[in-house]
Amino acid sequence: MSRTARVGLFLAAAAVFAVVFTLACTGLPHFGAASHPYGTRAVAAALRHRTANVISSVNFDQRAFDTLGEESILFASVLGAVALLRPARDERESSPLPLRVPPSTRLIGAILLPLTLLTGVYIVAHGQLSPGGGFQGGVVLATGLHLAYVAADYRALRRVRPLVVLEVADAVAAGAFALLGLAGLIAGSGYLRNVLPLGTFNQLSSGGLVPVINAAVGLEVGSGLVVLLAGFLDQAVEIDTPPAAQDGDRA
Amino acid sequence: MTILPYLAAGWIFLAGLYGMVTSRNIIRTIGCLSVAQSATYVLLLAIGYRRGGTAPVFSDASPRSRVVDPVVQALTLTDVVVGATVTALLLALAIQLRKRHGTLDPDALTGLKG
Repeated sequence: MSRTARVGLFLAAAAVFAVVFTLACTGLPHFGAASHPYGTRAVAAALRHRTANVISSVNFDQRAFDTLGEESILFASVLGAVALLRPARDERESSPLPLRVPPSTRLIGAILLPLTLLTGVYIVAHGQLSPGGGFQGGVVLATGLHLAYVAADYRALRRVRPLVVLEVADAVAAGAFALLGLAGLIAGSGYLRNVLPLGTFNQLSSGGLVPVINAAVGLEVGSGLVVLLAGFLDQAVEIDTPPAAQDGDRA
Repeated sequence: MTILPYLAAGWIFLAGLYGMVTSRNIIRTIGCLSVAQSATYVLLLAIGYRRGGTAPVFSDASPRSRVVDPVVQALTLTDVVVGATVTALLLALAIQLRKRHGTLDPDALTGLKG
């Protein structure tokens, strides 16, 4: 199909979509309306389970089974990306050379790296209390680790990044979420039901199962993201592509 | 205009879709897919908004304070996470595409190759 025909087809489809979507929007609840039946019930349920952060309560308690599916998507994506990014038969891995880095940059990296990791752990651990949780904290942990690459070089990153351990941690944490759900079955309730002691509202140990699942998700997201970024960084830094594949894209 | 925020979501979706249709580079297509997907964030958060509401986190607010809908916020969080990982998977595919076919132009990818 020619480009003009394609754009024409898109514009026709977009016009139909725009009309139908606008009509559908007029049937939606009014923007900013006071009545949110699901929201009100979710807030009440979260307060009953003494979880201050209602979003964490929805994700890891009320809708924990859905989050299990979401977490499986994440795991499968990491698995797929790692499989796609592994070195092919005709590629050689070369060791990156050490780089000269100004001592001030290295010092700032050395100070900020533990601080960032601590912030990540804090965000994971306080997921049931304040904005944050396993997903957000895991991303902070994973990207914080790459300060070693930004402030020093790839060899420094490889030293602070035990890839084999993190690959195992990713799988273990993904499995831990599924296994934690069995606690509800053992207690005679339902799968992923919040059966742990609920603790005191607004304390670190509140919310029952929520902080435990948060920790598992934080570990999975953190290690999964490091493994994922390692795949991409290896492509850029370590793997030599054979010259045959490199020409032919100067179109 | 109480439906304007919803229409904004539809506009972002169409803008992303237009970028995907006219893209000459797979990386740009993936970026436009992210744009189209972010329309769902806007739509979800707009539906969950309650006038004068604060964040549904009660660590420093009274449990009786007026909050926005937490359910759609949790859905948006899910959406962001899935979107980011799918983007990573697509970028990995783009790298392999570039290696095996030597091009990132979707129009140049016509033949099947083992």
